[in-house]
Amino acid sequence: MGKARIVPDADAAVAGIEDGATVLVGGFGTAGQPMALVDALRRTGVRDLTVVNNNAGNGDVGLAALLAAGCVRRIICSFPRQTDSWVFDGLYRDGRIELELVPQGNLAERMRAAGAGIGAFFCPTGVGTPLAEGKETRTIDGRDYVLEYPIRGDVALVKAHRADTAGNLVYRKTARNFGPVMAAAATNTIVEVDDIVEAGALDPEHVVTPGIYVDRIVRVAEEAS
Amino acid sequence: MTGTHDGPVENLDRGPLDRAEIPARVARDIPAGAYVNLGIGQPTSVADHLDVDAGVTLHTENGMLGMGRIADAERGDVVDPDLINAGKQPVTETPGASYFHHADSFAMMRGGHLDVCVLGAFQVSATGDLANWSTGEKGAIPAVGGAMDLAIGAKRIYVIMTLFAKDGTPKLVPQCSYPLTGVGCVTRLYTDHALFAIEPDGVRVVETWGSSVADLAARLDVPLVD
Repeated sequence: MGKARIVPDADAAVAGIEDGATVLVGGFGTAGQPMALVDALRRTGVRDLTVVNNNAGNGDVGLAALLAAGCVRRIICSFPRQTDSWVFDGLYRDGRIELELVPQGNLAERMRAAGAGIGAFFCPTGVGTPLAEGKETRTIDGRDYVLEYPIRGDVALVKAHRADTAGNLVYRKTARNFGPVMAAAATNTIVEVDDIVEAGALDPEHVVTPGIYVDRIVRVAEEAS
Repeated sequence: MTGTHDGPVENLDRGPLDRAEIPARVARDIPAGAYVNLGIGQPTSVADHLDVDAGVTLHTENGMLGMGRIADAERGDVVDPDLINAGKQPVTETPGASYFHHADSFAMMRGGHLDVCVLGAFQVSATGDLANWSTGEKGAIPAVGGAMDLAIGAKRIYVIMTLFAKDGTPKLVPQCSYPLTGVGCVTRLYTDHALFAIEPDGVRVVETWGSSVADLAARLDVPLVD
């Protein structure tokens, strides 16, 4: 989609996300969750989203608020049930949201495959378990594997620490988590950052996500997120 | 204490291990210099018993090697919401720590680069099958997290659990009745009554606490090999 574009605010950043889109949402719990982008997406009133995230929302903020607003039809995640996942729990019990449960490493690798142009891959995780039922398997060098398909996003919403004007990203500590993988796996990657610096101000050796994967960047002041 | 290097050690002068003693016993079996992932819950407390000089490096699946202790503001640690463990508790970083994204984190696990992973369990079978993610209860919200990836990933899988359920039924079973997490993956099983090695020819007792091997053999439906 060409070069990364810096947009003025989170509402401009999420403009154009359509009903029924598959949205990859970064974060592990709230670490690395792009709160401002998720809040802006909720305000658009979009419907029937498929959301991919490790969890299914915490408390009443961010992803949980997006679910509570009825924007999400289906969620693909590894660990929906948490002590503070009451929003998801209620929707799931009422049959108002679909769940695809995916082992955490498969969730990451399926998105990695999407970003890397891999058609499918044989993975040992889940062999012989209910989560592999109905899937194609193969024995390779005496070990059993399950065929897993990519998860591609129409949109990725990612939180990074700092961007430069070329769209290169660095992250902070374990808030990196799914960010780099999701950035590569979506058609339209939208990133919120604490800080934007001029191209050249990030050491190229330290760039984690190269700007080729990034479409829109918005700086979100800490107090606003 | 009785027993030889060839047979099980029976500690009959005491009762079963308590909740703190099991993780301490696991820690004794973690080799110096190992890369280790500790699962959520009781396995996490294995870290409290690791010798800091042994150079064990902790991995957390949300993207870090060299994880330090739980962050404690009273001890002067910085509590940083961007620095958490797999249980989403704030932690510290040790010198030499590194960060990486989720696909890399699970690649190093799945690729067999971790030496030991310690997990909790509902049941373990005689052939090392692990059930630790679901009791299959109708209406319960399922959640698997990294359990299946961890189960098949590390070179050695150590499991911590009580040997018997509250109603007295054994949790080391011929075949798991709960949904599986991984097939034939458990290497060692650390329980309050005994430490078991799951080997190709069967389940071997390594050490017991408060029971003899004969006592345990009488209470289990799993044959114990010499």
